[in-house]
Amino acid sequence: MNGFPLVSVVTFLPLAGAAVIAFVGSDRLRAIRSVALVAALADFLLSVPLLTRFTGSSAGMQFVEKVPWVGAIGASYHVGVDGISLFLVLLTTFLTVLSVAASWYSIASRVKGFMMAMLLLETGMIGVFVSLDLLLFYVFWEAMLIPMYLIIGMWGGPRRVYAAVKFIIYTLAGSLLMLVGILVLYFMHHGATGEYTFDLLRLYGTAIPRGVELWLFLAFFISFAIKVPMFPFHTWLPDAHVEAPTAGSVLLAGVLLKMGTYGVLRFCFPLFPAASVAAAPVVSVLAVVGIIYGALVAFAQKDVKRLVAYSSVSHLGLVMLGLFAFNAQGLEGGILQMVNHGISTGALFLIVGMLYERRHSRMMEDFGGLWKTMPVFAGLFMVVTLSSIALPGLNGFAGEFLVLVGVFLKSVPFAAFAALGMILSAVYMLWMFQQVMFVEPRKRDAPALADVTAREKWILIPIVILVFWIGIWPGFFLSRMHASVDAVLARVWSAGLAGEVARDAGGRGGAAAPDVLQAVSTEAAPDSASAGMTPDVGE
Amino acid sequence: MNEYALGQGLWEMGFAAAVPFTLVALSAMAVLLADLWLLPSQKRALPWAALAGVLLSAASVAFLWNEEATGFGGAIRLDRFSAFFAMVFLLGTGLVVLLSSAYARREGVERGEYYALLLFGTSGAMLMASAVELVTFFLGLEILSVSLYVLSGFFRQRPASAEAAAKYFILGAFASAFLLYGIALFYGASGSTTYAALRESFGSAAFPYSHGLLALAASGLLLIGLAFKLGAVPFHMWVPDTYEGAPTTITAYMSVVSKAAAAAAFIRVFGASLSSLQQDTSAVLWVLAVVTMTLGNVVAIAQTNIKRMLAYSSIAHAGYLLVALTAAGEAGYSSVLFYVLAYVFMTLGAFGVVSLVRKGEGGADAGAEALDISHYSGLAGRHGLLAAAMAVFMVSLSGIPPTAGFFAKFYVFSAAVRAGEVGLAIIGVLNSLVSVYFYMRIVFLMYMKEETVPVRGSRSRAGWVALAACVLGTLLLGVLPSSFARLATESIASIF
Repeated sequence: MNGFPLVSVVTFLPLAGAAVIAFVGSDRLRAIRSVALVAALADFLLSVPLLTRFTGSSAGMQFVEKVPWVGAIGASYHVGVDGISLFLVLLTTFLTVLSVAASWYSIASRVKGFMMAMLLLETGMIGVFVSLDLLLFYVFWEAMLIPMYLIIGMWGGPRRVYAAVKFIIYTLAGSLLMLVGILVLYFMHHGATGEYTFDLLRLYGTAIPRGVELWLFLAFFISFAIKVPMFPFHTWLPDAHVEAPTAGSVLLAGVLLKMGTYGVLRFCFPLFPAASVAAAPVVSVLAVVGIIYGALVAFAQKDVKRLVAYSSVSHLGLVMLGLFAFNAQGLEGGILQMVNHGISTGALFLIVGMLYERRHSRMMEDFGGLWKTMPVFAGLFMVVTLSSIALPGLNGFAGEFLVLVGVFLKSVPFAAFAALGMILSAVYMLWMFQQVMFVEPRKRDAPALADVTAREKWILIPIVILVFWIGIWPGFFLSRMHASVDAVLARVWSAGLAGEVARDAGGRGGAAAPDVLQAVSTEAAPDSASAGMTPDVGE
Repeated sequence: MNEYALGQGLWEMGFAAAVPFTLVALSAMAVLLADLWLLPSQKRALPWAALAGVLLSAASVAFLWNEEATGFGGAIRLDRFSAFFAMVFLLGTGLVVLLSSAYARREGVERGEYYALLLFGTSGAMLMASAVELVTFFLGLEILSVSLYVLSGFFRQRPASAEAAAKYFILGAFASAFLLYGIALFYGASGSTTYAALRESFGSAAFPYSHGLLALAASGLLLIGLAFKLGAVPFHMWVPDTYEGAPTTITAYMSVVSKAAAAAAFIRVFGASLSSLQQDTSAVLWVLAVVTMTLGNVVAIAQTNIKRMLAYSSIAHAGYLLVALTAAGEAGYSSVLFYVLAYVFMTLGAFGVVSLVRKGEGGADAGAEALDISHYSGLAGRHGLLAAAMAVFMVSLSGIPPTAGFFAKFYVFSAAVRAGEVGLAIIGVLNSLVSVYFYMRIVFLMYMKEETVPVRGSRSRAGWVALAACVLGTLLLGVLPSSFARLATESIASIF
């Protein structure tokens, strides 16, 4: 597909879809919904070639497009995907299709605006993942806030306005400081090389004095930490999740939160390797606090949606912990876990939405005994729940196990806490499932609920397929990450810190360290060597 | 002397430099005269006559785009810089005229003087931007100011409008006095009033110390005069009352043209001529920038009248301009030019929406302007396009991409970081964050609240054309800022 701007088409097709919807009369609901679904579906199908034509052995960016944009200041329209962003792009296009389908009837007012906002949001999200230019990235990163603000604020629950304002102010607070960080980095690069550029790949090599590097790291990291959200920046998340409509929650949990972890991996690590390593202990402690705290608070919830929201705090804490282990297992597990969390939690929000549509409540006490009347639903719900608590053979296990291995190589106590978090997640998820599906219904007069409709079934089945696919054959996904992950690790290691990290990992007898060092020394990441580093789970 | 030679002679005298604003002034007079002859039913032609004048002048600027000329004994200069600002002023004026065509008629102020004064004001602003001599600059400033004094009191029957004009006039007169005193001191110190002489006198490191003190005092006084026009804290007291009381279209004009003209004069005087004093001025500007941004944004949160809110927002934006002026250098000044252009689109757009929204049937004062921000509740349900346009302007004013406001702020803050003012940039972005709250509140009211007071949008076709132009401009500068930024850089290069 030489010369065909695949990434740009995938990025902007939803925007075109939104433009088409703008010209459809606002009372032609069916036409609006169909256009939105067709646009989302077409975008997903177009994004599949990104996967099939992706060269897994290459660490470089693929499908690259680069044209000057704001030439005078060295900003270009530079997009591409690598093993890190590839799956997040696919996750975005996949979840958007499901979200549009899930909103088919549940969004009944101002359908036109909703569908346009969804498609604009999709363009923004994909843009964030494919941008290789800091300015372009920043434009997508912020532009995406407006549609999400509208989705929460216009179609959300009773406290939607509070949640929407909190969401936008929190996220902007971080990202505006990141903008200053970007500018400082930009001028430092110019000072060092005499070249003005926002090109990420060129900025990777910028030499930054240690003291400044820590500040720049913080400017970027806090912005990402708010998005993830890491404890103690998480307070916007439960509000936003609970108030957002189902589709908003799915995309918020499934994709938006991943922007934070993706940002850490794409920007913080390679741009500020020394500061990242230096900050790792603090970040790891915060991540562990997030894991335990999120799990405990989730256990205390009566509202299913709130429970799922807090479980995200816990799960993403685990992802962060894996990333800051700085070894191949931790990073690959982290990336896989980003995708898994997007699938599982997205599915959980979809399921909560289906329950809410039936009973107009999300309180556990209003449900119970549903398995009798909704057997198919119960089965699908069960798979998703088990995937979320990482049952072996399902997707969650592959990711969480790798993260645990990575963290274990780095530090046994942290690994112990992470394992505790996983146990807690099993506790609250199974408890929730029991309360909703099994126990005797507490409201006896409530009418029996109907089982899933064909539409709902077709929303959940693709998810279940993915859950098994990733769980049984994670190697398919991991093999496409190796090269890119090794490149990131090589950059972190070559920052003069190899000694520090090697002492850490080597002391534990970790197998990863020599391999990564080898990758550094040869500059290229041989696929065979890196494949050997990762235990192929379930293969 | 044949005609050709006469033309040649005028050209050599630098007459070309005077062509653009002379054309605007002549059109103003033509509008005044036409007003005498037109029957009341034909007065609708007045805005179109004014628009023709604007277009004529814009055509002359375009024609002279690549020319450089100094005229009238070194008093005015035509270069890319003055051409850029002339275009900005004319663009602003043209949009205001379009918005006024319905607004003025509805409010009963559609008289020839209205359009004539608008055009006179514009000619004054253009004179300010092309003056390279202090007295000429002052002349331009007064032409602009006097026009605005009258225009802000144009609702003669309304106390608020009279108050607006009186406050503006009295405080403006004070500011002019400061300015004039500063000019006198400059003359005393350097023996001349041309910018070139200023640069020569103070540009060399060797000028006598006493002259240095005089120059500092003169700069301070001049700074006060310009800060007043910019609406910078602590010289901002007139802004909220005047903006609120003046006719909405005039408020729009004031916030755009008057501010841009002050910025232009500032760059010519302090940037190009007194750069040797930069160390001293930038310390003062730093403080001005911080207090202006902060006060503007924080107080705007508490406003309930939309014009007052936009007034404080315009104070805040003066603060961002001051950040760029503090940063100085070609990057800082060209970011001012880009900012001013972006500001024309987004601010005129916002005021334009305000001028088109009216109270609907049912109330005692149906048809009156809907100025309380609660009137914007539920606007999206009834007037989707109007609300969408307003949302674009609010997003742009708060500096969120992909809009003009983002790149405007981006260039400003990047100039600040480049000049080593990282602290100022951080204060600036934090201020942006505060501003998101009150700009987004308008979006929230329009899209997420139910209608409380019935409102309706004017159907003025001219007004809609102006709004569409503003939306397009806002988005264009937000997605493809490159060529406009280059224009700004070239304009700045032409005066250094």
